[in-house]
Amino acid sequence: MRIICPNCGERDIREFYYRGSENDLDRPKLEDSLSNWHSFLHLRDNAAGEVRDLWYHEKGCNSWLIVTRNTITHDVIRTELVNSEDEGLA
Amino acid sequence: MRITSKGIVNRDQEVTFLFDSKPYKGFAGDTVASALLANDVNLVGRSFKYHRPRGILGIGSEEPNALISVHKRGKIEPNVRATTQEIYEGLIVTSQNSWPSLKFDALAINDIIAPFFSAGFYYKTFMWPPRFWEALYEPIIRHAAGLGKLDSEPDVDNYDQNFAFCDLLIIGGGPSGLFSALLAGRAGLDVILVDENPKFGGRLLFENTIIDGNHCLDWIQSCLGELKSLKNVRLLSRATVFGIYDQGTFGVLERISRHTHDSESDTVLDCFWRIVASRSILASGAIERHIAFGNNDRPGIMMASAVRGYLNHYGVAAGTSISIFGNNDDAFNTAYDLNSAGVEIAAYIDSRSYADIQGDFPIFRGAEVYDTGGRLGLEHICIRDEKGEHKIQTDCLGMSGGWNPSIHLSCHTNAKPEWRNEIAAFTPKGQSVSGLLVVGSANGHFTTSDCFKSVCEAVNELLKSKGRKIKHKSYPIASDLEYNISPLWAVEGNKRAWLDFQNDVTTKDIKQSVDENFRSVEHMKRYTTQGMATDQGKGSNVIAIALLADASGETIENTGTTTFRPPYTPIPIAAIGSSGRNKGFAPERLATTHAASIKLAAPMIEAGLWYRPSFYPKIGEDNWLQSCNREVVNVRQSVGICDVSTLGKIEFHGKDAAKFLDFVYTNSFSSLAVGRVRYGLMLREDGFIMDDGTSARIAENSYLMTTTTAAAGSVMRHLDFIHQAYCPKLHVRFASVTEQWAQFSVSGPKSPDIISSIVDEPFNETDWPFMACGEVKVMGIKTRLFRISFSGELGYELAIPSRFGGSLFDLLKLEAEQRGGGVYGMEAMNVLRLEKGFITHAEIDGRATAYDVGMQKMLSEKKDFIGNKMAQRPGLLDPNRERLVGLKSTGPQSSLSAGSLLFNNDDEPLADNSQGHISSVAFSPIENCYIGLAFVKRGPERSGEKIKAVNFLTNTELNCEICPLPFYDPDGKKIRA
Repeated sequence: MRIICPNCGERDIREFYYRGSENDLDRPKLEDSLSNWHSFLHLRDNAAGEVRDLWYHEKGCNSWLIVTRNTITHDVIRTELVNSEDEGLA
Repeated sequence: MRITSKGIVNRDQEVTFLFDSKPYKGFAGDTVASALLANDVNLVGRSFKYHRPRGILGIGSEEPNALISVHKRGKIEPNVRATTQEIYEGLIVTSQNSWPSLKFDALAINDIIAPFFSAGFYYKTFMWPPRFWEALYEPIIRHAAGLGKLDSEPDVDNYDQNFAFCDLLIIGGGPSGLFSALLAGRAGLDVILVDENPKFGGRLLFENTIIDGNHCLDWIQSCLGELKSLKNVRLLSRATVFGIYDQGTFGVLERISRHTHDSESDTVLDCFWRIVASRSILASGAIERHIAFGNNDRPGIMMASAVRGYLNHYGVAAGTSISIFGNNDDAFNTAYDLNSAGVEIAAYIDSRSYADIQGDFPIFRGAEVYDTGGRLGLEHICIRDEKGEHKIQTDCLGMSGGWNPSIHLSCHTNAKPEWRNEIAAFTPKGQSVSGLLVVGSANGHFTTSDCFKSVCEAVNELLKSKGRKIKHKSYPIASDLEYNISPLWAVEGNKRAWLDFQNDVTTKDIKQSVDENFRSVEHMKRYTTQGMATDQGKGSNVIAIALLADASGETIENTGTTTFRPPYTPIPIAAIGSSGRNKGFAPERLATTHAASIKLAAPMIEAGLWYRPSFYPKIGEDNWLQSCNREVVNVRQSVGICDVSTLGKIEFHGKDAAKFLDFVYTNSFSSLAVGRVRYGLMLREDGFIMDDGTSARIAENSYLMTTTTAAAGSVMRHLDFIHQAYCPKLHVRFASVTEQWAQFSVSGPKSPDIISSIVDEPFNETDWPFMACGEVKVMGIKTRLFRISFSGELGYELAIPSRFGGSLFDLLKLEAEQRGGGVYGMEAMNVLRLEKGFITHAEIDGRATAYDVGMQKMLSEKKDFIGNKMAQRPGLLDPNRERLVGLKSTGPQSSLSAGSLLFNNDDEPLADNSQGHISSVAFSPIENCYIGLAFVKRGPERSGEKIKAVNFLTNTELNCEICPLPFYDPDGKKIRA
């Protein structure tokens, strides 16, 4: 498997670390209910088809990515940076 | 028997090799199979189950029968196909699965009692009594059944791996593959052409086809000449594309030196390639299938195309009086070539009554072979036609049941092939693999001209998709005739007729499978083991499918194929794992003091990828414990030096650095003063402890965090995620500086003397209170000084740019030794921290919470932080949880062991009664007994209680006492001194 890193181009899977569903991005607020937190941490869909997962270009630019992938065809469809609005140290 | 006028082996270069200890002569270019046939040897092995005599069936990698063991450099490689092993001077090969000899095999008795051995025999027979299976049945069956024996010694050979990328990968270097490479190469595409054989040419190497007026061998030569002149075409021979994977990734095994007598120990045997190509052409050709008739497995019964190939390519007649049995026009080519070469043809038997064949040899139309005879090799065949039954003397029979396109690779990503009645074969269906085009006979084009035409169309399509305007219209015209076939799978008869030669599966087994209701093709396969041998049923599966369809009243189309999976041919795991053996398995991270530690004879232990010294032995010390005790006492009484560079170090800069640390740590870091250090606890989002360490505020907007050695990578990942996912707008940047700084612990009451002695400017101890940090200079080098301690003693850590690490270590060691101290390793470090009750990842093993380790107070209530919410779950704050305590063994010098379970003294040592476990142990010279850290239910409330530790591995029980932590210096007077 290869992923097109927005910073580094098409790279082999061995450069990446897999985390899981993009759910992890939607961190609840502290005051949200425990059951919301429970869903956030533990409940995942097991989709046949397109999924959006978090990958880390650990042996590359250290960017966290959202990779859209099809679990049926194994196509890697799209890659986006998790942090698309990073303005850096202006 | 060699035919002088035929073949392209090098007759000027004679080669001698050993088969079953007997020398044979062949020529350069021969395989073991062709050389044995040239020496009139066709008995090469015994079959898997019935121990039937077996010979050479085919001519290529699909060979199921002629499996041999190759002996090379003291290693035995089993199940090598004699048809692909090239001979070289001194090659040693042996036959398999026979005892005491190939000609007299004691277990041939199995053949006589064969009626008992049909499909499912083992399952049904050896069920009872159940305990007999492991003790009796299985060892006997394993001894009797099987092929070559695996070498149990470590693999001495070298393997390599390689990566390649191209526009177009062409699989197969026969007429279609060569022509594809030519057209694509001329159009300027970056092409890799791969073929499994030593020579390019594929089936044309075995034929006398005329292409555009020239012999096909000349056509191959001119093709190769042009390809070699093209810089954008790479040729890879002796290389098998064994699997197709997602995104145009191809697994390829290149055999580098299996065909040579290499004496160099560093010669690479195989090279494993990963080739990436968005477009590919499958030109894998076709494999001839046999016909199932009575006793069709005798040595001397071969594929008709193989008989022809041995004649044309190797100049070998596979017999003195050869007969042919076929159901298609291609079989006639074999008779024609043999006849032209002057080989006697005993009979030509065609199952089609309408077959239009002419020749000056006996021809039987509408006829079938139904039985054969001969003890160790074919002596006669029995045929029947409309006139009746005839017995014909012959020592070789070429059989042809038609051709199966080699579609395997096109099915590796889940596609199913389609059945085509007009050629009685499966071909790839639609776009079977993304980016792959199937051409030539692999796609059911069974004349060379048709193959070329299909290549033209495919390459045009490919060039068009790449936006190229080139269009190829003309292609070479070849002499071979249209292919006509009338399916014939099995001949009626009461004798056993083989399908899968290698696994000894016969037509009766298929029928029995259906009788017992294993009707799905996948069930039939597993019940009969059809196609499950090393050849994966390349020649036999389609026949088995046709017979299954017949027996179950289905069509072949509906019956379908079993699942095709990589690898196409067997490949050594060693080649795939080539770079991962021994030291290649993981990179080694060596500290700047590594050489010094080795010089001091310190045994090195792994910590993550790092190597760290476990202790520094001194003359007169008999064991590690003596060294360790000395090092501990050094630290407690004078001073010790330890390399702590392997801890993860991450530097943070930016105006929001404090905010960020507040979010990732449970406790506050924004309130930390510049020039101070604080211990920090980091949770996972689920509320369990992730890591701990100290962070120093080195400037208003700069921090230096330390992580534990093994968790440095996962902490970095965690921090990057939190920053990029949850707070990308924070103005903070951070990077690992682990390798940039060498860091040393200087610990013990005399540590201030050392610091004072080595820093450039006057050192005032009171300027550096506990948890202070700042910059000093050592010999003019900017060095960071931290007043922190992991030993429980007054201590410092010094961090210097890595390139000075070795020198600083030598200096500190000298200074320490002058004060009665010395260097210490991991064992002593572990004792020191245990005495002080400091935790490591033995304690924070992913199951411990801050509450469990007595740090609940470090969870700030004034801010949000990672893990905050979930750490408040009631279950995680239950006093019944197993919580951290100290443990002392109360027996005389008895050694505790980590991992032991704890039980109340009155309880049975059963899982339900467990009170907790021991996480770390060490011998404490201060306490003069073994001590440990343990997690015990309601632990902190149970100080002084007696408890027993049970080690279930050694079946030992030890008496212990629960103790408050820390064991040493509970008031912290020493560490804060």
